[in-house]
Amino acid sequence: MELLVFVLASVMVIAGGLGVVLRSHPVHAALSLVLTLFGVAVHFVAMEAHFLAAVQVIVYAGAIVVLFLFVIMLLGVDRADNITIEPFPIQRPLAAVVGVGVTGLIIAAVVRARDTIASGPPLEADGDRNIQQIATSLFGDYVFALEFTSVLLIVAVTGTVLLTRKASTGSTTDTAPDKVDP
Amino acid sequence: MSPVLAAVVPTTAYYLILSAVLFGIGATGLLVRRNPLIMFMCIELMLNAVNITFVAFATRFGDISGQTAVFFVMVVAAAEVVVGLGIIISILRRRPGATADDLAELKG
Repeated sequence: MELLVFVLASVMVIAGGLGVVLRSHPVHAALSLVLTLFGVAVHFVAMEAHFLAAVQVIVYAGAIVVLFLFVIMLLGVDRADNITIEPFPIQRPLAAVVGVGVTGLIIAAVVRARDTIASGPPLEADGDRNIQQIATSLFGDYVFALEFTSVLLIVAVTGTVLLTRKASTGSTTDTAPDKVDP
Repeated sequence: MSPVLAAVVPTTAYYLILSAVLFGIGATGLLVRRNPLIMFMCIELMLNAVNITFVAFATRFGDISGQTAVFFVMVVAAAEVVVGLGIIISILRRRPGATADDLAELKG
């Protein structure tokens, strides 16, 4: 049963990942990303990380992908890219080599270290206390990091507002889109 | 399902290999695609691959710190997406249909 859940969720993850890379339409790619994120959330549940599974669905699938779709619609770039064009002929073979190479190296490392990874009795995860344990860790050992993430979020929000706001009236001539040849 | 298959329980190594495959897909997509939005999605794929690894090791060693790290990765990913999409909006507003190659003209 656990194997079945693993296989189904892995198929979701891999199919979604391939969809992001191979679909030419940005909206389809964003929806494939949702499939991947839900698959990862299923894996989190299977690994007894219930809090992270909930956060994964709410923050990733809920907020981040909606932000992606919002930007796609806002900019009106919801048309298919022509992915048959290859500006640099050697780029795709090289990228495939890099991707397969990275994957192969990590898998080789995992296979080599399988005895270390698998040794010892699997520690029993206490599912009911998952949130409590994370809270103890977050507000105990990592409380400084937590405070700094709040600074990070404020900086990110302020920076984005500064980056994307229209310049104040009076200097609009400076910021009008340049007539640049594409 | 046959009883033999039903007895197989996915171990940590299974999750690590899945995470490696997902990371490879994300890295390849990041190198191949030219639409900045899709490149961002590929970065999300790679971050999720790392998250799977963190949770797999957290479960394997019974240490909750791995799950805390995933929490921080999610926060940083959210901040990164906000800033990145802000930059993409301001670029694409100026030059509709810009690809990652067009950003080379940002250099002085």
